[in-house]
Amino acid sequence: MRTVHPMAWWGWAIGLAISASLTTNPALLGLLAAVISIVVAAHHTNTVWGRSFKLYVWLGALVIVMRVIFHLLIGLKYGDITLFWLPTVALPTWAAGIQVGGTVYLEGLLNAVLLGLRLAVLILAVGAANALANPKRLLRAFPRALHEIGTAVVVAISVAPQLAESVQRVMRARQLRGDAARGLKVLPKVAIPVLQDTLDRSLMLASAMESRGYGGHHGVARPRWVAVLTLGGLLLTAWGLFGLLNPGQATWWTGSGVLVAGVLASVIGLVGGGKSVRVSTYRPDRWGPIDALIVGCAVVTAVAMMWTRAGDPASLTQPLQPLGWPAVGLPVLLGILVAALPAAIPPAPKAKAP
Amino acid sequence: MSHAVEFERVSVAYGDDDAVLRDVTFSIDQGELALVVGRTGSGKSTLLGAINGVVPHFTGGRLEGRVTVSGLDTATHRPRELATVVGVVGQDPLAGFVTDTVEEELAYGMEQLGLPGDTMRRRVEEILDVLGIADLRDRPLRELSGGQQQRVAIGSVLTPHPSVLVLDEPTSALDPTGAEEVLATITRLVHDLGVTVIVAEHRIERVLQYADQVIHLDQGRVTVGSPAEVMVDSTVAPPVIELGRAFGWQPLPLNVRDAKRQARGLHLDARPASSSPNGDVALRATNLSVRYGALTAVDSVDLELQRGSVTALMGRNGSGKSSLLWALQGSGPRSRGAVTVDGLDPHDLPVAQRRGLVGLVPQTPGDLLYLPTVAQECTVSDTEAGVAPGTTRSLLDTLVPAVSDDSHPRDLSEGQRLALVLAIQLATSPQVLLLDEPTRGLDYTAKAALVRQLKRLTTTAVLLSTHDVEFVALVADRVAIMAQGEIVESGPTREVVVSSPAYAPQVAKILGHGYLSVAEATGD
Repeated sequence: MRTVHPMAWWGWAIGLAISASLTTNPALLGLLAAVISIVVAAHHTNTVWGRSFKLYVWLGALVIVMRVIFHLLIGLKYGDITLFWLPTVALPTWAAGIQVGGTVYLEGLLNAVLLGLRLAVLILAVGAANALANPKRLLRAFPRALHEIGTAVVVAISVAPQLAESVQRVMRARQLRGDAARGLKVLPKVAIPVLQDTLDRSLMLASAMESRGYGGHHGVARPRWVAVLTLGGLLLTAWGLFGLLNPGQATWWTGSGVLVAGVLASVIGLVGGGKSVRVSTYRPDRWGPIDALIVGCAVVTAVAMMWTRAGDPASLTQPLQPLGWPAVGLPVLLGILVAALPAAIPPAPKAKAP
Repeated sequence: MSHAVEFERVSVAYGDDDAVLRDVTFSIDQGELALVVGRTGSGKSTLLGAINGVVPHFTGGRLEGRVTVSGLDTATHRPRELATVVGVVGQDPLAGFVTDTVEEELAYGMEQLGLPGDTMRRRVEEILDVLGIADLRDRPLRELSGGQQQRVAIGSVLTPHPSVLVLDEPTSALDPTGAEEVLATITRLVHDLGVTVIVAEHRIERVLQYADQVIHLDQGRVTVGSPAEVMVDSTVAPPVIELGRAFGWQPLPLNVRDAKRQARGLHLDARPASSSPNGDVALRATNLSVRYGALTAVDSVDLELQRGSVTALMGRNGSGKSSLLWALQGSGPRSRGAVTVDGLDPHDLPVAQRRGLVGLVPQTPGDLLYLPTVAQECTVSDTEAGVAPGTTRSLLDTLVPAVSDDSHPRDLSEGQRLALVLAIQLATSPQVLLLDEPTRGLDYTAKAALVRQLKRLTTTAVLLSTHDVEFVALVADRVAIMAQGEIVESGPTREVVVSSPAYAPQVAKILGHGYLSVAEATGD
């Protein structure tokens, strides 16, 4: 069994994140969180990034708690069912949107919890992508034009532990000269040997890279139009996004049209830039039917959500006034369950056969 | 037929300084193993760098003359264009790694050359087999042993299929086992694959027997010839050569086996068992243990060090030598046990008083130096130690003469820098001096100087960890051998090393009868 393409996991996670952002229905959000957790449990590996999912779970919980605390402290409280009272502070009229303390109602509190939950599920989706996709393989899947950036990141990742080691060694060595000083005074005594060490190592690394052919692709000059297209494309993309996010003023030349043109220009620029980079990738991840299937599952979920929103928007929200049980439509339920299908794909083998 | 490597009247100078290489001319044939020898600072690294054009393209400096590799002139070809012709492995393999797992590192060079995917795949598998590291393919580079790292580094420059391989001190930092692994790999490359290999090495005794040609450097000038010719009057020589010279053996034996044959005619008396020094005990450690989490680095060690004696601590990499030294000094972690020096436990003292009892020279002595000149380091050392101004400087002068006050500690040779740190640590006149692998990067002359320096400390107990059996034979009164955190053997040097297959010095192997050094055999 081959490993899944890192981009596939990101596509899947983005699909679920979009789905989560469309609803405040606790049943659907809970279901999404469950689906994400099941897939991560089935596919995560015992690596630093593989173990990081737990961190995102805690971060999600923290977001919900913070949201509730903010609601209690300064949120605008509303509803009919009174829970309890908090001491209040009278604010001037120009601060009408803020209410410090006061009566806490069930509806308002529930709304705060659900908004927090929605954000938490978004965070879980990103966390899942992080836990499932090997970040180093993700870098290798980048377009060739970004080759230098990829190299810089890889070097930085491998140099970081060396730097930490070097600091530790020098700090320890300080004691041998009978120096127990701490704080700013020891900074030069530690920084100078560490910096010299780092500089030596960097020079050795640079020399080794040069000897091994790094930078050999610079023989072909990158044409000027590549830079113009890439930069111009990025600017157009930003302008297009800005237009789309201001729905009132969106016309074809500030919104979607410009966005599409910008993305297109960037892609052409990146491909053109890649042409002049003559490096190859060892054992690249290939995009296969399974990867398409994984992304497809999440696309189904997102489409089911959008379709429901167009036809029956009320079923995606928690009824608050009056308070009621959330409704769950069959299409949207099935749509979310489809996203759990990748859990059934057999995971990558732990070790290669002997 | 053109030579694999050819130097024609090559001179190299950096800035306004004297030339590092002067009028160097030699050539190396395809499929030969050439050994580059010479004292520290004689230009070995510059010569190796010139082979693939790193000197002067990358390092700067001025190169006159012509260097050609497989017919390509380095003046017109940059090092990266020569990556398919010359593979270069530096002194510290870890510093040259770009990626972090074995397989990716092997592929890196080929990726830069833009080789097609199936070629890369095939060559990586080939190299994994040739170097015998197939079981390491998914391992992170930092977790490998020194010998494994060195082999991966060699593999990573071999995948673009260069015809010339340049190695700068491939075995200097390795324990005897790791060195054997690497040497076996190198000889296999020369014999089976016909790769031309150029090696610079301080530990000449390890490589000399495999060399076809020796390039001897002395102050930038070269002598080139067969090992037996060049070693007759080289400035650096391993014990087997010195022994051959002392007894006037013809032809000069290059390895222990040949020397043994020549030594049959000698009639030597058996050495009397050496009297072990009976100075009073300066340091006593009882039941000392060091644990890092689940790992036991030092396991219930009992140890006594006597005043005026030198004890050598030997053992594989990772057997707990460094942990033991740091725990004895008191600055490293300790899980159990006690250390007594002068009735005090250094661990319980403030750091400033601790070094008054026990001094430690760490593996990278440069970590202790941070000031721009030697003079400033000495002055600060006097203040730190609370001794009369000038103490450190005069100590330094007795250790190595003529270190300029204005030199930057970074610019000193390895031997001089070690002496400076040694002087700083001796300024407090500690009862016990600990040294962690002091011979790294030292040539024979610098090692001999260190032996003299340590022998002079008649009131101090010295404990040093090292892999260098020849150095131990010269300096140590006692030897303790560590394995898996325990001291498995300890006793007078002669008794411990002579019978051991791994730790016997060359002279002991050649002459037997308990002789350890050339000086003993010739009666000096």
